[in-house]
Amino acid sequence: MQLFNELKTLGQKHIKADKKANERVPSGLWIACPKCHQSLYHKDLGIFQVCPNCEYGFRITARERVAWLVDDFEELDADMKTTDPLNFPDYDKKLEKSRKNTGLNDSILTGIAKIQAEEFALGIMDPNFIMGSMGTVTGEKITRLFEYALEKRLPVVLFTASGGARMQEGILSLMQMAKISAAVKQHSKAGLFYITVLTDPTTGGVTASFAMQGDIILSEPRALIGFAGKRVIEQTIHQKVPNNLQDAETVLERGFIDAIVQRKDLKQKLEWLLGSHTKGGLVDG
Amino acid sequence: MVNILDRKKTAAQIVAGARNQEKMSAYELINGIFEDFFELHGDRLSGDDAAIVGGIATLAGKPVTVISTNKGESAQERMLTHFGCPQPSGYRKALRLIKQAEKFGRTVFIFVNTAGAYPGKSAEENGQGEALARNLLEISDVKVPIVSVIYGEGGSGGALALACGDSVWMVENSMYSVLSPEGFAAILWKDSKRADEAAEVMQLTPEKLLAQKVIEGIIPESHSHKRVCRAIKKTIEQEMKELVKLSSDELLMRRYKRFRKF
Repeated sequence: MQLFNELKTLGQKHIKADKKANERVPSGLWIACPKCHQSLYHKDLGIFQVCPNCEYGFRITARERVAWLVDDFEELDADMKTTDPLNFPDYDKKLEKSRKNTGLNDSILTGIAKIQAEEFALGIMDPNFIMGSMGTVTGEKITRLFEYALEKRLPVVLFTASGGARMQEGILSLMQMAKISAAVKQHSKAGLFYITVLTDPTTGGVTASFAMQGDIILSEPRALIGFAGKRVIEQTIHQKVPNNLQDAETVLERGFIDAIVQRKDLKQKLEWLLGSHTKGGLVDG
Repeated sequence: MVNILDRKKTAAQIVAGARNQEKMSAYELINGIFEDFFELHGDRLSGDDAAIVGGIATLAGKPVTVISTNKGESAQERMLTHFGCPQPSGYRKALRLIKQAEKFGRTVFIFVNTAGAYPGKSAEENGQGEALARNLLEISDVKVPIVSVIYGEGGSGGALALACGDSVWMVENSMYSVLSPEGFAAILWKDSKRADEAAEVMQLTPEKLLAQKVIEGIIPESHSHKRVCRAIKKTIEQEMKELVKLSSDELLMRRYKRFRKF
């Protein structure tokens, strides 16, 4: 399979943008869009893996995203692995499977990236790694990214995708929320810029911490964004809830995100936003 | 009923003890520990959540800010507080009172007994995630001491957003976890009835959490509410005495390190 050969080359410390990202998609398959249920030919999703009918962005790996998002990327903390602090039953098997599927050691890829001349610290969560759940390594990598960005006075861009805190690491997963938030605050106090891009799905402890702490919060079209799961809500209030309750479009309407940006426009919009925040404000330079 | 005086307890017994209906209400607890409690209402944005009680009080002769989750006593109160699960307006009220405490140099005490942040439709629409995220972000930088005591259930992010200050204590029959044992069992074994087994695996008891340095210590509990209040009072007075000695820079550095270690 082509998939793994290419991932091996991307696993190096230094990654140049992979222009062939779309070639990894298996060809000749029909799939249904999970949002609008339209039947789609796989090739029609294109390089960005987007439903041509409703603009929903399919769940892609962090390495697939970094390939078309940035011009240059140097990975940080690539080798960091969880110690399985609770000795949790069958956790190691789950980790192994996710590592194979994503080419990552845990649920986030972090590093220093460039789009044109704009340099920034970049983190991309991978929804294919145990549902993008946040464990100790996820939290440590994000915290280090903010600390590094603070030291080098760089802006931070984080792509979120998560089912929430990782239960296999128990309370230590929960503590990551407070740890990361404190690092975000330090970075913010230094006057540095932080953008979050919420992708499908962003839920639970990630929504309840760094996803919602950006100076600017963007989202991909039709991404699921929420705190509690739909089933939990329905069991709590004993009522069906509307399907679009946690769609990015509804969350935008309620005033909790700044804008919805299509995948094809992300690179250019990020470059513009980063540039606007590094070129100074009132004072003429 | 679980005998809460029994010293050798399983995790499942601790869970039952944490959820015991005989736990004190927020008001009994606050009035049992502090003098002159003056309640303050509202988040100044959207409403007043009954699941969070807060205000000003006196401890050891000093004005302090007190906040507690509240499960309510009557059936009607329990409906109103969603059985002690705060809404976004509750977390925003808590943050408002914490910021107020910072302005006036008051130490903050927060008491937690919640299954978690309210997971309802209205809570989603009003930004439950944002409310919790803002508490975590802002509380990390509040320049007065913040001491939390978990005195029943400490459910996930909804508890953490009220326990992210300088020290966290737990009473003997309390729990603190990333999700409920029922939810845990449902996900892991597709069977929520195996919650007792899950409780053992999850390491959610005060002893296990102390070993992981998630909390500072355990406060003994007895059937007498008065005695429990006295024990909590003794602990938090001591905490206040130590924490107010620190400069605000020392305090914030210490708080950063407290979570950085995880």
